[in-house]
Amino acid sequence: MSEPHIPLREGSTAGGVPASTVGQTDDMGRNRFGWDRLALSRRVTALPRPAKWALIGLFVVLLYLLPLLEIPILSTPDTDFGAVLFTVASYVLVALGLNVVLGYAGLLDLGYVGFYAVGAYTVAVLGSLQAQLSWWLLIPLAVVITTISGILLGAPTLRVRGDYLAIVTLGFGEIIRLTALNTEWLGAAKGITGVPRPPSVELFELPHLQWEGATAVIDLDDKTKFLVFGVADQAPYYWLALTVIFIVLGADRMLRLSRVGRAWEATREDEDAAELMGVPTFKFKLLAFACGAFIGGLSGALFASRQGFINPESFQLLLSILFVAAVVVGGAGNRWGVIMGAIVVAYLPERFRGFEEWRLLVFGMALLILANFRPQGLIPPRRTRRAQAVDEQLDALEEGTDRV
Amino acid sequence: MSFLFNNFVELTVTGLVLGAVYGLVALGYTLVYGVLQLINFAHSEVWMFGSFAAVWVTVALGVAPGSAMPVVIGVLLLALLAAMTVSGGVALLLERVAYRRLIRLDAPKLVALISAIGASFALAEIMGLRDRVAGWIGLRDTLDPYVRSARDNTRFQNPLETEGLFTVGGYTVSNVDVIIIVSAVLMMVALDQFIRRTRTGRGIRAVAQDSEAAALMGVNRNRIIRATFLVGGIMAGAAALLYLMRFGVTRWNAGFLLGVKAFTAAVLGGIGNVRGALLGGFVLGLAENYGSALIGSEWRDVVAFLLLVVILLFRPTGLLGESLGRARA
Amino acid sequence: MSEIPVAGQPATGEGAALLSVDDVSIQFGGLKALDHVSFDVREGEILGLIGPNGAGKTTCFNVMTGVYQPTSGEVRFAGSPLGRRKRFAITRLGIARTFQNIRLFGNMTALENVLVGADAHHRTNVIDALFRSPRHRREEREGEETAREVMKFLGLERRADELARNLSYGEQRRLEIARAMATKPRLLCLDEPAAGFNPAEKAQLMDLIRRIRDRGLTVLLIEHDMSLVMGVSDRVAVLEFGRKIAEGVPAQIRNDPAVIAAYLGTEVDDLDDEEANL
Ligand SMILES: Nc1ncnc2c1ncn2[C@@H]1O[C@H](COP(=O)(O)OP(=O)(O)O)[C@@H](O)[C@H]1O
Ligand SMILES: [Mg+2]
Repeated sequence: MSEPHIPLREGSTAGGVPASTVGQTDDMGRNRFGWDRLALSRRVTALPRPAKWALIGLFVVLLYLLPLLEIPILSTPDTDFGAVLFTVASYVLVALGLNVVLGYAGLLDLGYVGFYAVGAYTVAVLGSLQAQLSWWLLIPLAVVITTISGILLGAPTLRVRGDYLAIVTLGFGEIIRLTALNTEWLGAAKGITGVPRPPSVELFELPHLQWEGATAVIDLDDKTKFLVFGVADQAPYYWLALTVIFIVLGADRMLRLSRVGRAWEATREDEDAAELMGVPTFKFKLLAFACGAFIGGLSGALFASRQGFINPESFQLLLSILFVAAVVVGGAGNRWGVIMGAIVVAYLPERFRGFEEWRLLVFGMALLILANFRPQGLIPPRRTRRAQAVDEQLDALEEGTDRV
Repeated sequence: MSFLFNNFVELTVTGLVLGAVYGLVALGYTLVYGVLQLINFAHSEVWMFGSFAAVWVTVALGVAPGSAMPVVIGVLLLALLAAMTVSGGVALLLERVAYRRLIRLDAPKLVALISAIGASFALAEIMGLRDRVAGWIGLRDTLDPYVRSARDNTRFQNPLETEGLFTVGGYTVSNVDVIIIVSAVLMMVALDQFIRRTRTGRGIRAVAQDSEAAALMGVNRNRIIRATFLVGGIMAGAAALLYLMRFGVTRWNAGFLLGVKAFTAAVLGGIGNVRGALLGGFVLGLAENYGSALIGSEWRDVVAFLLLVVILLFRPTGLLGESLGRARA
Repeated sequence: MSEIPVAGQPATGEGAALLSVDDVSIQFGGLKALDHVSFDVREGEILGLIGPNGAGKTTCFNVMTGVYQPTSGEVRFAGSPLGRRKRFAITRLGIARTFQNIRLFGNMTALENVLVGADAHHRTNVIDALFRSPRHRREEREGEETAREVMKFLGLERRADELARNLSYGEQRRLEIARAMATKPRLLCLDEPAAGFNPAEKAQLMDLIRRIRDRGLTVLLIEHDMSLVMGVSDRVAVLEFGRKIAEGVPAQIRNDPAVIAAYLGTEVDDLDDEEANL
């Protein structure tokens, strides 16, 4: 308790070796969590290249077709499936953004919804309430403004120590929402209507499937117009979001495998040591914050232009908590895990809307159970998995490692 | 501006009342943080359960306001006891269900936070669904006075009638105001002494300072952790009754905002610092009141969070610093 | 061995001062951890810094690497004062260090740990990384070459893809040295690199330290093991209670009455045993 803010003081257990270096996974029980279920991914990796790409391509096509397939168990009986898919996709996007901040750089941001709100409000205020800019201008504008707000917010707060950062960001998230709530210029409590939708071009129509038992027939009465961003049929929004996700995933990978990604990770692992190895940690933390804000703002902007209407209610503190839950439940630091987590957090409550009343209870219990029995996340970072395998081989001879 | 001056005393007294409640709840955050370096997100629900316990006692006893003084005092003491017991119990349950396994595994802090968040959702929802839960176990009718309108505000019938005691600067300070502020200060002193003087208190300090060394010196860390949760819960229970005496209503989801504020108070005072918790509570309560008098009550929460941010930027370890481990015996 | 060409600086200790600790004091509350300490590290030498536990050796490293600001006095590196330079800037200037308690990036691979060190002089930014710019590609290639060379120098090349925390204790110690060397320092500061080593490992470490010097690096070595320090250092400085009590070549230090007294009259060569039960 008294130690952590004293840098590099030797003999201090708290400030010394990062917890993750020694105890954690070793004590985590070598065999307690087997990751055998991931054998599938290993088998895919082992495939010859063309086959692998074909498989991935197929999967991508399937993802795009999802709203048309109307797969019985998957589809949500109580809400438009396209809309649900969009919700899930926007959670995935947000989770990918938060993963940069939380998973890579290790910064606990409990006010991430603030960035989401800034993105959404930029589109709504400048697209409807105070000006009528074009959607094509609004999206980049929203992203730029959110990124700047991320930097402005990070510059003072990132000097605050780890746990305080959580509460300070939480405070800022609330300040943003309350400011929107109390400012007439921002639409106050009644919110903003008529948020511009993405411009439509009607090219062709795509029929949906209809299932009778296990057989599917093409349903010619149920068609999605490509590419019309309307109110009733939300599939196009999902396609838009999915496309953005793929772009973000690509960028994420580029950053991860570079000096930037390494600097983030080193900062997360041991900030003092990183700084002493030549990493300007503050700059990189700020950069992580800015990247996170960028993605958060982008998804907020998409959300607003899908919704057509926003008010401060849409940006409750609770949402920040859900975002963090999505990242951690999936496995902070692993983009596939994070995607899984976002799907769990967004999809399950929608799927079980019929049980409206109980769903938050079930959700809370699910978080509790996942945290306790799957502490590394649904899909832990690859390295953790590999460490698990190595740990199993480690024998008593290596006791010396713990002497640190 | 003139509003602030004309109502200065009132704003100050109600600010201190609010601050006293924040401070008592903040203790739970501060203690657990001191010992485990974890933000016990579900502590707000510990408080919330305590508030319902207090309400249920008054419902069960059905004492009308204006009863004889000994009866009133008896009911209040019973409500206090119930709130403390229930809050303490929920805190222990929380330690058992949401933390113990993760502490044993030395899991990352974040996972413990998620676990606590899950527990917090679940606890709040159970309270919000108490009518359904009662239905399940077939006691819906028997328990009706306790479980009806589960999602609405639940009123607390304070058996003690509010009376003005004396008037300062145009504001009549009531008996309830005085009781709340004095009890909060007394509880804080008692807790401070407990941490300083008793064996368990020393254990808490030892674990907070250096948990491994403490274990080597024969401190039973698990017992100390349980004690920490229990003490924090008891304080939250007391805070729940005091809160109800002044503000009169609770709700299944009332814990959330209060919890955030209390945590803010803990950080303001210097998290891990027992005295800092009360100080942080008072500062926060006063700042909220003065601030909303100045710029409008809709900005109340903004004032609270801005204060937090500003203080942390200039005093990164809070007003009194982080000192649970360092408190001198 | 494809080592970087040997600088061939002889072990005379006659070089110019690379680092000067000039009248440095630092106070923690009531405790004077360093009390008007002055010494020079000369270009190309191995300087041993010894002293009983709590003497202020690590604190000295912390002052030299920008972790603490001295209460008074200053540290000069290659002629210019460190001033209030940031820690990462000091590293870029050419001072690198290891830690008494190993502080690797446990969840990164050994290679990645060393790459972080090599990145100290890199400038790749987000745009470079996103678009795989020529700078990014050049620096990645250069970084990997440096990292692999240094790891090979330390005998870690076969552990490159292992997570740092899964390495053995000795490997972790060497990986810390590799990470520091990858920052291309002129001065390498080693904080008790032999702690927990057996005699055979200590002998290897001595050899390693000499080879590091032969690559042209200046080495400042904190060590408890007297035979190791005396055997490998060109000169030795001794701290006690934050004050420098002696400085000179090993033979002088061995016979210095103040030093012997500081070690409570124990034979200076017997100190290994005392170290063992710390
Ligand atoms: N950050 C700090 N705060 C307070 N005291 C410190 C701090 N860092 C070191 N000290 C004290 O300074 C003295 C010297 O410590 P150190 O330099 O670590 O000794 P050593 O020679 O064993 O490396 C010790 O008494 C230590 O407790
Ligand atoms: Mg030392």
